[in-house]
This record gives sequence, structure tokens and C-alpha cells, in this order.
Amino acid sequence: MFTLSAEGQELVKKELTRYETPYSAIIPALYRVQKENGWVPEDAVLHLSQLMNLPASHINEVLHFYTMFNKKPVGKLHIQVCTNVSCAMNGGRELADALCKRFNVKYDEVSADRKITISRVECLGSCDTAPMMQVNDRYLENLTPELAIKKITEMGG
Amino acid sequence: MQQTKLLSEHYDKPEFQNLDGYKKHGGYAVLAKALKMDPKAIIEEVKASGLRGRGGAGFPTGTKWSFLPANGEPRYLLCNADEGEPGTFKDRLMMERAPHQLIEGMIISAFAIGSKKSYIYIRGEYDYSIACVRKAIDEAYKAGLLGKNILGSGFDHDMDVYAGAGAYICGEETGMISSIEGLKGQPKLKPPFPAVQGYLRKPTIVNNVETLAAVKYIIRDGAAAYRKYGTEKSPGTKLFSVSGNVTKPGNIEVPLGISLKDMIEMCGGLKPGRKLKAVIPGGSSAPVLTADEAMKATMDYECLAQMGSMLGSGAVIIIDDSNSMVDLLDVIMHFYHHESCGQCTPCREGTGWLSKIVHRILKGDGEPKDIDLIKKVSEQMMGKTICALSDAAAMPAISFVTKFRGEFEQHLQKARTTSGGVAHA
Ligand SMILES: Cc1cc2nc3c(=O)[nH]c(=O)nc-3n(C[C@H](O)[C@H](O)[C@H](O)COP(=O)(O)O)c2cc1C
Ligand code: SF4
Ligand code: FES
Repeated sequence: MFTLSAEGQELVKKELTRYETPYSAIIPALYRVQKENGWVPEDAVLHLSQLMNLPASHINEVLHFYTMFNKKPVGKLHIQVCTNVSCAMNGGRELADALCKRFNVKYDEVSADRKITISRVECLGSCDTAPMMQVNDRYLENLTPELAIKKITEMGG
Repeated sequence: MQQTKLLSEHYDKPEFQNLDGYKKHGGYAVLAKALKMDPKAIIEEVKASGLRGRGGAGFPTGTKWSFLPANGEPRYLLCNADEGEPGTFKDRLMMERAPHQLIEGMIISAFAIGSKKSYIYIRGEYDYSIACVRKAIDEAYKAGLLGKNILGSGFDHDMDVYAGAGAYICGEETGMISSIEGLKGQPKLKPPFPAVQGYLRKPTIVNNVETLAAVKYIIRDGAAAYRKYGTEKSPGTKLFSVSGNVTKPGNIEVPLGISLKDMIEMCGGLKPGRKLKAVIPGGSSAPVLTADEAMKATMDYECLAQMGSMLGSGAVIIIDDSNSMVDLLDVIMHFYHHESCGQCTPCREGTGWLSKIVHRILKGDGEPKDIDLIKKVSEQMMGKTICALSDAAAMPAISFVTKFRGEFEQHLQKARTTSGGVAHA
């Protein structure tokens, strides 16, 4: 079964008393799992349920409501290309397609070398730098396919 | 035309991010002033300023605050920094360039409404904004600007950041409340309104980042000075996020009421050889304007409402003649379908149908009755649901197919000719 590191468990316990209700600690706890594991495996829910003394069914509901929690493995670089209006108008969809082709991977799947997952996402609040994408925590802006490929390669993709 | 930088005056200075730099430019002096005022007088000043919520609905802020019950029950202040409305990127700028401006505005607002605890709910993707605001809150605590007995006033206030995890619907105020409560981020039926029963069923005020930051300037300069900007019904300045087909997209701060034409020029105008086709004036939920309408529009709540659209979050998407309106509506409908939380049948099913119908028209598989079907489905989605997402999907759909009907018909025409004169489903 997946378990958090000792440090991770400590953090989750602190979060339990940080807010007015312990339930508010679920999102921070899921973030912690994802940070340690790259994605949130099903058995992490049981682990958190025991650790936090909250119903597993509830934690599971929260997990599945939010798109930022990966419910299956992703590559080391999670590349999320915005394809909402302003980005679509400026080549965001073509950018996403070009990246899939270059890195030989289908949307939302992990590349053979485990390095890359490419997803299409909704507006990331950086429409003035369209087209843009988020790679893990980082925003990369004003892209062309060539520039995006160069940056991904620099990041180890 | 020049920008009018009231809130954004110092955004270009990196030092404005930190407490020391912020203080150099008068930071927290307004808080000191406010803490000596009668809280009721602050609410009156905000009411007199005519400030309207900058998050989308444009509701008068002072009026919202006065809906709080008068008893001493605990109450919460929640800052809405979920910024998910497609086209909007102003709150991010404010949190990254001036986190203390938001915090100062929030403490003043909290003092006015008698709240001892506030949260800033920031969308999870905004990693850098979250880091900037967290750091600024730490600085404020260390300097005695948060916590017990702020600046010796006897007023206590705690503030924290809560990071969302990817859901547009958590920008809707009751969805946001559910999310902070540790539930699925689903909206709740109103009434009761949050001011009466919000976070943990306690009285709660939800305001947008820009609204709370503006409060600082209203208290600094007074309501009358604030009203010198803007129009009678839309006082003050506003940050607009301008994107799409302009040569210099970005955030600009201008008085409400300037012409959309001037705004486009301030953002570098269109690309050479291109013609304006349409403008979405207030985020993707706002009904689209034709080029003719756009040339007559002024950017204030009343003019856009009168044109059947809305100012919304101030996200202005400029669309030139290189775009297909069918294609753009397809993108927008896909978004609402993806983001519907699924609680209400008209929204869950309606957004699904709209997305499907528009997509088949785009792909050349539409049927002649589809345009009217889009209207019919949209009409059935309005005013029937727990929150306004359903309307927010229906309104742009109706506006696109009504104002650009010709383009939709052309797609259907193409479908008929390419399939040997027989429309196929
Ligand atoms: C579907 C939906 C999404 C919304 N998203 C946001 C948002 O991202 N940010 C925001 O400030 N308000 C958003 N709102 C509006 C909020 O419900 C609320 O009216 C606002 O935060 C109140 O603050 P204000 O009065 O300062 O504008 C949204 C509303 C709806 C119906
Ligand atoms: S209108 Fe849509 S998004 Fe809003 S509560 Fe109902 S189903 Fe959810
Ligand atoms: S549309 Fe791509 S960041 Fe907003």
C-alpha cells in the first residue's frame, strides 16, 4: 500500500488542525501524495483515510472532482497545453498536436521512456502570452512548436 | 490614450512585491488610517464609492457587505482568486506584482465587516501567485500587520491561502465555499446567500481580488475622488485583460466607460491587413458583440448590459476575420461541458448537447435544424439551475448563432454539398 514519507505524514497532521474543519486538509493531503508519487494511486486514499481519520469514500469523491490530481501515472514532465479560446486563436491546438507527434505519444498517455505526458487543458490565465503551456509547475509562454520542443528538451524531455 | 494607473501604479517595480518596497510607496498607511475609523464609516464610504464587484457579476460591494447580520456572530471574508473565466489574467498579475496591496485591502475590508478570519482561494495552477501571496502573508505576520492586536488597534485578524485543485466551478462563490470546506466544489442553492449562511454556515463575504484591492484606494482617497474615474453607474478604474488578435495583448488599467475602440488601439490594434470580426467583452460567458456593435460599445456595466452582453471579469477577447465563429463556439462549448459540475440536469445535459451539436456542425455533419436546436436547448438551460454556469454557457451559444447565423449556415451548406445533397446526421 502507498504510504507517505514520515515528513509527509507530519505535514498532513498539521494541515488537519490548520483550518476550521479537518475536511479542508484533504486537498492539501492529496497534493502531498502527488508530490511524493507523481500521481494519486487508489490505495493512497485508504492510507489518507487512516492517517486523517476521515471516510475513504469522501476522500475519493474529492480526488475525482478536481482535474489537477492525476488518477493515473504521468511522465516526469507533465506538459499541459492550453487550448481554450485565446490560445486556440493563436495556434494552441496545433502546438499540442505537434508536441504529440514530436515526442511520439498520444494525449494523456505516458511516453515509452516515461518522460512525457501531454494533455490539453482549459484557460490557464495567461492568454496574453498565447499560445502557452504549463510544464509541471512552470508556465512557458509565447510559444511556437519549435520553441516548445527546445524548452522541453532542455528540461530533460 | 494612456492607462490610468490607480491600482497598478507600481506594478512595474519588483520591490513592490516585498513588504519593505511596498511600504516605501505608502504601503499599509491606509490600513493604519482605516483602523482608526468607525467600521460602519468604512462600509458607508465603500457604498458611496459605488464600487461594483470585479469578479463577474458586478454587484455593488458596499450593498453586499450590508447584508451581513448585525449580531456579533463570527463571519468570514473569502477572496476569490480562482480566476478561471477564459480570457482573464488580471488577478494573477495583481497577486504576483502586489500581494501586499491585496492583503492591505483585505484587512481593511475585514475590519469593516468585523471578520477575524479570511482566506484567499487561489486556483491551483497559479503556483507562482500562491508562493507570492504566502510569502507576503508571512511578512505581514512578522510585522504585526496580521494576527493579534494589529498595529495596536485591538483588532485581531488571521489570513491564510487555500489552493484549489483545478475546477472552474470553484470560482462560483458557493462552489468555492464547498471547496474550502473540504467537499466536492459543487455550488449550493441560494438563498441562503453567503452573507447570511456561507462558509461553515456562518455569515461570509466573497469578493474578487481586484474588488478588495480597490477598497484600499477608496479609503485612501475617499469615495468622491474614486468617483472621478468612470461613469455614474460604473465608477472607478478597472483592469482589463485583453487577448486574442491584437498586436500587444496584456492587462491595462483604464477608467470604466472608455470606448472599446480606444481599448483595441491601446493594445496595438489588429494585425496588418486584418479586419475586426467580433469581440467577447467580458470573458467567454459574455455574449459576443459584432464588429459594428464593438465600435459603438463603451466598457462599462450599463452599456454592455444594454447591448445584451456584460462586462463580466473584464476579459476582452478580440477576434479578427481569420477566425471561424463556428470553431470558436465549439471551443467555448467544449469548455462549459467539461466544467459543468453535473448537479443540475439542464446544465449537465444542455452543455453536453450544445457541445455535440456545435461540433457536428463544425465537422460538416450538421443538419439544417441544428441552428434552431442550439437556440432551443440554450433557452431551456436558462434560469433553471443552482448556479449561473448553465446560463453562462447558454448565453454565448445564442449570441453566436444569432449574430453569425450566416457562418453556421455555410457550414451546413458545405455538409449538404459534400454528402451529395443529402444532409446526414
Ligand atoms: C461559473 C462561475 C464562475 C465564476 N468564476 C469566478 C472567478 O473565477 N473569480 C471571481 O472572482 N468570481 C467568479 N465568479 C463570480 C462569483 O460567484 C462571485 O460573484 C464573485 O466572486 C463575487 O465577488 P465580487 O462581488 O467582488 O465580484 C463566478 C461565477 C460563476 C457563476
Ligand atoms: S448550473 Fe451546472 S455547474 Fe452550476 S450547480 Fe448546476 S450543474 Fe453545477
Ligand atoms: S486561453 Fe490559453 S491561457 Fe487563457
